[in-house]
Amino acid sequence: MPDLGLEVLLKGKNMARLLGGLWVALRISLIAVAVSIPAGLLLGVVMTWKHPLIRALTRLYLEAIRILPQLVLLFLVFFGTTRVFGWDLSGELSSVIVFSLWGTAEMGDLVRGALESVPAHQYESAKALGLTERQTFLYVVIPQAARRLIPLSINLITRMIKTTSLVLMIGVVEMLKVAQQIIEANRMSSPNAAFGVYLTVFVLYFLACWPISLLAGHLEKKWG
Amino acid sequence: MPKALLTIESLVKNYGGGAVLNGIDLTVYEGEVLVILGPSGCGKSTLLRCINALEPIQAGTISLNGEPIRRDSKDLPRLRQKVGMVFQSYELFPHLSVLDNITLSPRKAQRRPRQEAEAEALALLDRVGLKDRAGDYPRQLSGGQKQRVAIVRALIMHPEVLLFDEVTAALDPEMVREVLDVILDLARQGRTMLIVTHEMQFARAVADRVVLLDEGRIVEEAPPEEFFDHPKTERAQRFLNTLTFETVKKKAKNQ
Amino acid sequence: MDQSVLREYLPLFRESAWLTLRLGTMGILLALVIGILCAAVRYFRVPVLRGIAAAYVEVSRNTPLLVQLFFLYYGLPKLGVRTDPAVCGVAGLAFLGGGYMAEALRSGMEAVEPIQMESALSLGLTPVQAIRYVLLPQAVSVSTPALVANVIFLLKETSVFSAVSLMDLMFTAKDLIGLYYATTESLFLLVVFYLLILLPVSALGSLLERRLRYAGSGT
Repeated sequence: MPDLGLEVLLKGKNMARLLGGLWVALRISLIAVAVSIPAGLLLGVVMTWKHPLIRALTRLYLEAIRILPQLVLLFLVFFGTTRVFGWDLSGELSSVIVFSLWGTAEMGDLVRGALESVPAHQYESAKALGLTERQTFLYVVIPQAARRLIPLSINLITRMIKTTSLVLMIGVVEMLKVAQQIIEANRMSSPNAAFGVYLTVFVLYFLACWPISLLAGHLEKKWG
Repeated sequence: MPKALLTIESLVKNYGGGAVLNGIDLTVYEGEVLVILGPSGCGKSTLLRCINALEPIQAGTISLNGEPIRRDSKDLPRLRQKVGMVFQSYELFPHLSVLDNITLSPRKAQRRPRQEAEAEALALLDRVGLKDRAGDYPRQLSGGQKQRVAIVRALIMHPEVLLFDEVTAALDPEMVREVLDVILDLARQGRTMLIVTHEMQFARAVADRVVLLDEGRIVEEAPPEEFFDHPKTERAQRFLNTLTFETVKKKAKNQ
Repeated sequence: MDQSVLREYLPLFRESAWLTLRLGTMGILLALVIGILCAAVRYFRVPVLRGIAAAYVEVSRNTPLLVQLFFLYYGLPKLGVRTDPAVCGVAGLAFLGGGYMAEALRSGMEAVEPIQMESALSLGLTPVQAIRYVLLPQAVSVSTPALVANVIFLLKETSVFSAVSLMDLMFTAKDLIGLYYATTESLFLLVVFYLLILLPVSALGSLLERRLRYAGSGT
């Protein structure tokens, strides 16, 4: 059996430190999700409005955020704001800002898609039954749109968690950074630590994302 | 005595524990038009699908000209070329034009030159009144037109027997006629055909022989006049009665 | 912004963009091959292999590329598997993308009604011909929007290549920010070059989508 370098994790508080790193990433995702969901719901409703200026503006926001890699957005906020506004944003705050902006855009588009997926004759038949616009929205449109929206927005959470691994690149001490530190500190005593530790990081990310993906898939099948 | 073309012996087909076809014996003779009737769920469509080896069967044999049609046969594609099938839902290939829909199988399965296949396709399209639609895509056609193209697509393979699986059931009423006329024309040409249908007047007009299927068995087999006017079995009388009842209701409404 | 700085750095960015594009294309093509194999194995329910494919799809889609690359580049050599950065980048992208491509293709294949295959078979086409001429063209056109989205997604994902010391656009930008404090110019060139890569792909994608869409309704 080759030395897999797993024993490092049993030493001292290494495993706990690694999990602490995961928590940093998860915390950023959770805050960003908490911002994105309400903001995205609002944006999504606004995006269904017919006003041409509003359409153009929301569309521009969505496309601008989507076309660039998230890492570029992180660089723009982290390095760019310091330069332009003289602010000194921490890596973590920059990450929260970027992921919230990105999450809002994605969530907004999902909400728009879900609302527009309710066929026109559903609105018409609700009207024919004498429901007011508000009642139609509450009792006819939202229940149908929600079934489509919920699995997709749960999926957005796993995307968010995976994307938070990027914050390493702007100096946030998250799981990969902690892993690097552990490997570096034990270079002499366990030269193969890089294998075991990075494998563990890999598995931990999988364990964080997979159950959420499964739930999304399950709901999608159930309501599809 | 006419020559037996398609022979089905003690065919059993199970699905999910129950028997859909429970010992079918049937012979179709060359040039014969056989109409299969029966209530929904009686196994008529399954029978046609078995003849084309689209369904695995549990017992019995199906043979064409003495050659067994089996799902594990290496020769299945060649045998299927001899059995043309038209589906209720047309099943034209949406990514191909009408002409390509028709010529795909002669070109690929029979390796006929494109020019020759296209010439025959156009001639056949002309016969069903759709020559000018050769370049269209299926989505541009009405249901009746699609079904006529599907029939041409089966004909171009020069099949020895044609299977029609409720080919007018998905059509708007005003389009049923144009499709049935094509089938009547084929009958006049002396084609061997197995037709599953709900159109009773058409069945009467086109059939040489009528078979009533119920719960996976053949319950009555007779020439059409005899079957419709003097059904022998109580089951056939009941089956025809349900239809008559429907007709009466419609008449009453229209007055 | 300092124009002379822009001019000076332009060649560096051009070279990095070329690297991003080259490795990205290779990774995406490989991902497509992996995706086709996995989708086929799952669609036709090939025993054993379908289980492996399903597991692979879950793993590749539920882990970040950055973590996959760290494992490939820093972890695997400890067991004697040494790879150079470019190979790692392409392998990582293919590993990640394969799962996404597989799912896109599989849902396309499943969108084609089984009776379409049956009708092709009933015409006497062999199974291989039926797949080639009837199933695949329809599946690909249903999958196209998802495939295009995947290509753009994967091109964007290449932005983490700098983590395995590949001199891509991010690497160059970070280098110039760190060494010369040319932040504004670096970020400007970074955005411009990513847009130069991504906008045409995105435009081409929507063109392709419109080309391949035959309404979907009516068979």
